[in-house]
Amino acid sequence: MKMPRTLFRGGAAEYRPGTTGRKPALHEDLFVREGRAIKKAGGALLIAKAIPGTQYNEIVEVRLSNGTVKAGQAIDISDEVTVVQVFGGVSEVDLAGTRIRCKGETLKLPVSDDLLGRVLNGMGKPIDGGPAVIPVDYLDINGEAINPASREPPAEFIETGISAIDGLNVLVRGQKLPVFSGAGLPHNRIAAQIIRQATVKGKGENFAIVFGAVGISYDDAAFFINNLRGTGALERAVAFVNTASDPAIERISTPRLALTAAEYFAWQRDMHVLVILTDMTNYCESLRELSAMREEIPSRRGYPGYMYTDLATIYERAGRIEGRKGSVTIMPILTMPDDDITHPIPDLTGYITEGQIVLSRSLERGGVYPPIDVFLSLSRMMKEGIGPGKTREDHNNVFMQLYAAYAEGAYLREISTIIGADALGDRDRLYLENADRMERLFIAQRDDEKRSVESTLDIAWELFSRLPEEDLKLISEAFIAKYLPENNRTGGDSA
Amino acid sequence: MGTIWRISGPLVIAEGMRGTRVYEVVEIGEEGIVGEVIGLDGDRAVIQSHEETLGLRAGEPVRPTGRTLSAELGPGLLGSIYDGLQKSLLALISDSGEFIRRGVKAHALPRDKKWDFTPVVDKGDAVEGGDVIGTVPETPLVEHKVMVPHGVRGRISEIRRGEYTVEDMVAVVENNGDRREINLMQEWPVRMARPYRKRRDPSGLLTTGMRIIDYMFPLALGGKAAVPGGFGTGKTVTQQQLVRWAETDLNIYVGCGERGNEMADVLHSFRDLKEPKSGRPLQEKEIFIANTSNMPVVAREASIFVGVTMAEYYRDMGYDILLVADSTSRWAEAMREMGGRLEEMPGEEGFPSYMGSRLSSFYERAGRVDCIGGPERVGSVTIAGAVSPPGADFSEPVTQHTLRIVGALLSLDTSLANKRHFPAINWLTSHSQYVTAVRNWWDRFDPGWEVTRAEAQRILQKESELEEIVRLVGPESLPDDDKLLLLVARMIREDFLQQSAFSEADTYCSPEKAGLMMKTILHFHEKAKEMLDAAMPFTSVRSSAAVARIARMKEIKNEEFADKVKAIREEIDGSLGAEADRDDGTVPETAETKEGVTP
Repeated sequence: MKMPRTLFRGGAAEYRPGTTGRKPALHEDLFVREGRAIKKAGGALLIAKAIPGTQYNEIVEVRLSNGTVKAGQAIDISDEVTVVQVFGGVSEVDLAGTRIRCKGETLKLPVSDDLLGRVLNGMGKPIDGGPAVIPVDYLDINGEAINPASREPPAEFIETGISAIDGLNVLVRGQKLPVFSGAGLPHNRIAAQIIRQATVKGKGENFAIVFGAVGISYDDAAFFINNLRGTGALERAVAFVNTASDPAIERISTPRLALTAAEYFAWQRDMHVLVILTDMTNYCESLRELSAMREEIPSRRGYPGYMYTDLATIYERAGRIEGRKGSVTIMPILTMPDDDITHPIPDLTGYITEGQIVLSRSLERGGVYPPIDVFLSLSRMMKEGIGPGKTREDHNNVFMQLYAAYAEGAYLREISTIIGADALGDRDRLYLENADRMERLFIAQRDDEKRSVESTLDIAWELFSRLPEEDLKLISEAFIAKYLPENNRTGGDSA
Repeated sequence: MGTIWRISGPLVIAEGMRGTRVYEVVEIGEEGIVGEVIGLDGDRAVIQSHEETLGLRAGEPVRPTGRTLSAELGPGLLGSIYDGLQKSLLALISDSGEFIRRGVKAHALPRDKKWDFTPVVDKGDAVEGGDVIGTVPETPLVEHKVMVPHGVRGRISEIRRGEYTVEDMVAVVENNGDRREINLMQEWPVRMARPYRKRRDPSGLLTTGMRIIDYMFPLALGGKAAVPGGFGTGKTVTQQQLVRWAETDLNIYVGCGERGNEMADVLHSFRDLKEPKSGRPLQEKEIFIANTSNMPVVAREASIFVGVTMAEYYRDMGYDILLVADSTSRWAEAMREMGGRLEEMPGEEGFPSYMGSRLSSFYERAGRVDCIGGPERVGSVTIAGAVSPPGADFSEPVTQHTLRIVGALLSLDTSLANKRHFPAINWLTSHSQYVTAVRNWWDRFDPGWEVTRAEAQRILQKESELEEIVRLVGPESLPDDDKLLLLVARMIREDFLQQSAFSEADTYCSPEKAGLMMKTILHFHEKAKEMLDAAMPFTSVRSSAAVARIARMKEIKNEEFADKVKAIREEIDGSLGAEADRDDGTVPETAETKEGVTP
């Protein structure tokens, strides 16, 4: 038997997951309905004569005549036909011998604290050679929408130790902040660094990491798992891994399984959960594949018109809830096809998430790690997460000034490629130089370097000390007096 | 009663539905989830479900309710938070916890709360639909006027005074023996516009406190505006600023298919924010609709129409209302999804061909009107709808359809947002047809506004032309007067148009302050031109102390501005006058700027 039967057995407590040979109890058989009149098979869809009593989105078993059992889902039901989407595709299905068995269950994940430290496949079955997870509960993988009126606005600063994020694109608990990358860019290294380093200042609360690998290569998946294992983080983590060679159709479930586990830890076990989902581009490709099979009217570039809503049902599971201790923070990673940020995948994601971290190929080529494009990156939750008591009083001022100065330098860099740097005035050259220093000193760092937010801000002040003081218009004079190195030589605050 | 025949996502087809009407509300399945009939075919009804359909089976019952989708209207709306179907989200928390469960019912108006009703009519008075018969202090900021429902007329045979719930009878209207009890609540079908006596032109500035809107691209009361922008351009912050500071009687915020965390942020901040004039919590003049992106798609359309119906209801009391909808694109996408499921012939980019007319039917409910009934009153609904064009490409159908309907376009620009120029409203591509409608209003605060505004626009336009030259030859090779124009344009952009929503002094800018700021910048331009003519080098113009003073001008509080700006003007006259004049007292008292600008 290929499929993990545990997934489909809500409430069947006597059933031990992993003991594949066991037959279901007799009374269960009474409620099993079966359809055998299959009319059509193609792609991942089976169209059968209506099976009475099937629920919308019910999980069904597809039994092939050669004995193989696959899982499927009823995606369109009527009095005449039942349309079943088959996980793993319809290869070897024959119209005469295949049967569809319905048991009245929607897709559920067995959850318990034992999930921590485990590696499961994209459908929730252990693949780390360990024993089956003994569940305390079965949760519907689609989750339930959080009532907007009971949400708590995210405001707790997460220190990632990466200056370009902590200084300019702050991540807070309960936020959904994606990484927009491109093929070959070091998004995995950055994500691994965040997993290793992320902490909330002065708090020793329970945290957990949920890692969802969606259609990535075996090597990339192994990189993450080994990274987690190597740093001892695996004890606090659970990984759901659907590699590129696994059935594409299962990718629809993988992020939902990961988030269901995350919600269990956050809302039932009071943990702060960071969810990394990579690569969501593969998820969207599967969604398009499925939509095409269903012969739906496509929207932009063949992706289905409901892709926004579908992605929202994943990303909106991030958040905080008033009166509950835990939180779900989501960091999805996606590779932009052809580095195009207007492609529907990054575009729709950006409309849902609270900002984005964008990686730049030109910085990468310039040898800057992490190659974070400060101009295109944005964290919408930043203002809530910074300031006195959270990071430092001068953070917002420093952020705005650093940004403005870098933007000016980047503009000058652009025109100096045409007119030559010699045609610029002295002041302009200062800004041009500042942009280079910013990339070398502030953005660039080692992947094992964990910078505190204070040292990140101090690097910024170091950069400001080379600029004309009267140009620091965006910083209050009190902060200039307190933090600017030249003014403060005796204090040695950041010299 | 019918039975389910087919289910596909939010689309349900039921059999045995002969006798139901299009747009009739039905209850689907054992749980009675809310659906709406959108088409009939023989005895089959095509139903769109406003709630999740997961787990439904063919053969489950479908019950027609005999009514169309309606909003409850009465005291208790203000300060509430609703989902797209006008269920109170706070009531849902106490009923079913922090997660949205389907099939749970919650009234829009609390049934147990008592309101203090004061009649304004007497027994024997003749009344008809729209007449105000009494008032209820709904919140300290808004007095609720209780009106006779449309279609009712006759003489008051009984009128009460005192504390009543929304379901209690407060008056009786009799007409030829036909007795009609009136309570504080009425219902209205959301897809139907509420009637009015006469439509007026939009007029009077809807003050938003945002300089680029009030001064450059003004909105008039009763007008309609579109706010399109790619992701990250600040649509939501702009919309939030609008409802936060608009000088209207009350505002309605429709969060349609957008982010939950942002909605939470809005709800929390409005609890803490104070209405500037009265110091009361701002939420006492706001109604929120929160239908986030992960909530059922079909309810997005309902959320828009429920919102505008509530707006019209308060308009009929003679109030000015601003309704913001964030984002209408999500509603259009919901139409596309349903259209696809219904296998309709798609129009542009898969959107149904009726999308344009559906959008119009929403925006056209904005307007300034003479209300029906006595006493005579004028009310208005102003609509600002956000549009989220895919890939920030404004040529897409939702943006284009919207632009044909609205009178003002506040176009948010990705490249400005990437430069962190906020609000990222592009001054070259935005427009407002309401300039003439608000001219008289502006002249009271800032005589000659229309002329100064045009001059500012001219400078910005000229700047964009010069920019192209700068890219080729560099800024140093321009003649001095062009360099000056670039400097002034930069001042207009950075020191006037840029405004921080997060700065205490700058988040709300009064029209007086805005007018004086622009005049100061243009005054600088005049003076500097004179000095260049008198052979002062451009570098000393650029490094003059006045430049730095103007840069910090927006941080001056609204109420202190008129006084303090005089000092800045003197600074301009002084620093751009002969250098020798420096020490004759023209340097102002506040030592805010460093004098040591070395040339």
